[in-house]
Amino acid sequence: MSNLAIRCEGLSKRYRIGGYTDHYKVLRDVISDAASATFRRLKSVARNGNGSRNDYIWALDDVSLEITAGEVVGIIGRNGSGKTTLLKLLSRITKPTRGHAEIHGRVGSLLEVGTGFHPELSGRENIFLNGAILGMRKSEIERKFDEIVAFAEVEKFIDTPVKRYSSGMYVRLAFGVAAHMETEVLLVDEVLAVGDAQFQKKCFEKMREIGSHGRTILFVSHNMSAVRSICKEALILERGRVVAQGEIDQTVDQYLSGINSSQSFEQAIETNTFSVTSVEVTSVSGAVVKTFDPVQVRVQFVPKAEIQDPGLYVSFLTMDSRRLTGLDLKDFVTSAPLPAGQTAELGFTIESLPLMPGTYQIEVHLKDMAKHLIEFVPQTFQFEVAETEVYGGRKLDRWFGNVGLRAQPLGNISRKDAKSQR
Amino acid sequence: MNTDRSVSNPVFSSVLSVARIEPPTSWPSIGFRELWDYRELLYFLTWRDIKVRYKQTVLGAAWAVIQPLFMMLVFSLFFGKLAGVPSDGIPYPVFSFCGLLPWQLFAHSLTQAGNSLVGSQNLITKVYFPRLVVPISAVLGSVVDFAIAFVLLLGMMFYYGIVPGWQMLALPALVLLAVLAALGVGLWLSALNVQYRDVRYTISFLVQFWMFATPVAYPSSIVPEKWRVLYGLNPMVGVVDGFRWALLGKPESPGAPLLISVIVVFALLAGGLYYFRRMEQQFADIV
Repeated sequence: MSNLAIRCEGLSKRYRIGGYTDHYKVLRDVISDAASATFRRLKSVARNGNGSRNDYIWALDDVSLEITAGEVVGIIGRNGSGKTTLLKLLSRITKPTRGHAEIHGRVGSLLEVGTGFHPELSGRENIFLNGAILGMRKSEIERKFDEIVAFAEVEKFIDTPVKRYSSGMYVRLAFGVAAHMETEVLLVDEVLAVGDAQFQKKCFEKMREIGSHGRTILFVSHNMSAVRSICKEALILERGRVVAQGEIDQTVDQYLSGINSSQSFEQAIETNTFSVTSVEVTSVSGAVVKTFDPVQVRVQFVPKAEIQDPGLYVSFLTMDSRRLTGLDLKDFVTSAPLPAGQTAELGFTIESLPLMPGTYQIEVHLKDMAKHLIEFVPQTFQFEVAETEVYGGRKLDRWFGNVGLRAQPLGNISRKDAKSQR
Repeated sequence: MNTDRSVSNPVFSSVLSVARIEPPTSWPSIGFRELWDYRELLYFLTWRDIKVRYKQTVLGAAWAVIQPLFMMLVFSLFFGKLAGVPSDGIPYPVFSFCGLLPWQLFAHSLTQAGNSLVGSQNLITKVYFPRLVVPISAVLGSVVDFAIAFVLLLGMMFYYGIVPGWQMLALPALVLLAVLAALGVGLWLSALNVQYRDVRYTISFLVQFWMFATPVAYPSSIVPEKWRVLYGLNPMVGVVDGFRWALLGKPESPGAPLLISVIVVFALLAGGLYYFRRMEQQFADIV
């Protein structure tokens, strides 16, 4: 039996750029635009400095896909690749500019944990309110009520206003309500990034359980080990297009090798003195970066002025921006001056990458030591350490932390009741 | 819009409902069916608004009475006593309070509805539901305040020995008319507010001007005959006159202005619904 749950044909969504910071028009603009053509021309000249008003971006560009009922599909892609837009279209929050889609069955969407929660209301009241907002019937919520409370572990505080909840309790309750929706199709955005590790683990288990009950799930995440453990299939979005769809491990590997080898940007990232064109983390031994791999970090940039004594500082951070470690080039070498206007590359070879599987960020500072110039590149770059067997065939994931230790067991294992002579 | 998704289907039924996702249309349907499917959400949102409104207030629901009560006192002092505004032979306090109640119902509903969409942008950008639920629930919340204040009016009528006649039966219809008038205008304003935030500031002006164009502090009989038709285009004229007619017996009959009011209200409502449904398709993108 392979009924279709979701079918999209040529689904496209266009947004106006520049509209992101001030989406809504002010009446004054409209009136003044209409009032005088000359004035309008002047205005458009003034605006051209930061992009013309009529610039559009296709957040989703001609997406056609079919998803079979009961399939659990991960949607992966970089920030801005259209993942959330796809979910918003499918959950009917916004309408496509072109194309159409069909969903068979009730749709539940979870784009944010705790949408519509009101701080003044008690846990009990919020369960009903939030349930209704998510499209659950009152009878359905009543039936699930005890389960939700048990899941969230808030039995004692169920009649306390949620503004007095700890953030952990709040998130557990919010996720609890959403997780108990009984819709045939469930759309889940990157919502599991909240809460502590233990709670996240609980959520993953719940998601896996939901997935095993024959419901169709679209799951957006940056957390590749979560995607791997929950989904059986994945699709990659890149600049609003589906570039791959297929079996989970293969697709995730394809994605990872893609992002790790080409962290170059459409537009260079500008600081006062540097124009950074790419930041790459690549494995010397394979397409995917794995724990304990020899790894290269390369930063490519164009200096705007001559750099007499170039320097580079690279920090490694977790996704919640905890600094793990860093490398400073001047500890190793004194590099030659770099002429202005020519692409230069600085970087490191790391003999063995001590990072456990997961997603990490890199922060870059570029320097000219001669001028005491230190410039922070105002964007972090992500890379992924693929889930692999780290120690003796055991697959570790991020629950074990971030740092990988190269370890060996002690030579002679002594046991209290050891009788063997070995 | 072609969304005949039926939420009432039992979960995991053999016949699954189909949701179609299509580009915006210029002639959307009103979607009464879907609105009906989401009636529980309407109930919960209204309930939330009422519950939250008076939480952490010392006087609680008494605020629903205090506001019109103080307005009535001020009106009675300045208009009734000092300015000597006529009141069709009815004690001025009852006269003005009887006008203030439907007026405040309208004014509050309008204000709440007008700001409702912008106030719930977090919902609109994160969850799907028929957006009409938002302004409608905002209006319903004000009806509860009205009901509380209405009890006080009955008390005042008792004090002044005014016994309403059979006309009182028309009251629910008049309340409905006031609510629909507020909703009609509120739909326009809320949808406009999403796109033009100027509306938020306009609403309080609008309400103040509108009050002086409505016979709240004075009887409509002081308006010169030749302006009556123009005056009657304000649907609240018919509603307020209707209220006084139903409860106090003056004016003798609400007659023609009320008929005009009904027509104007339905025109506003129909236009508002259409405009709202049309703009609704972009709310999540621009709010």
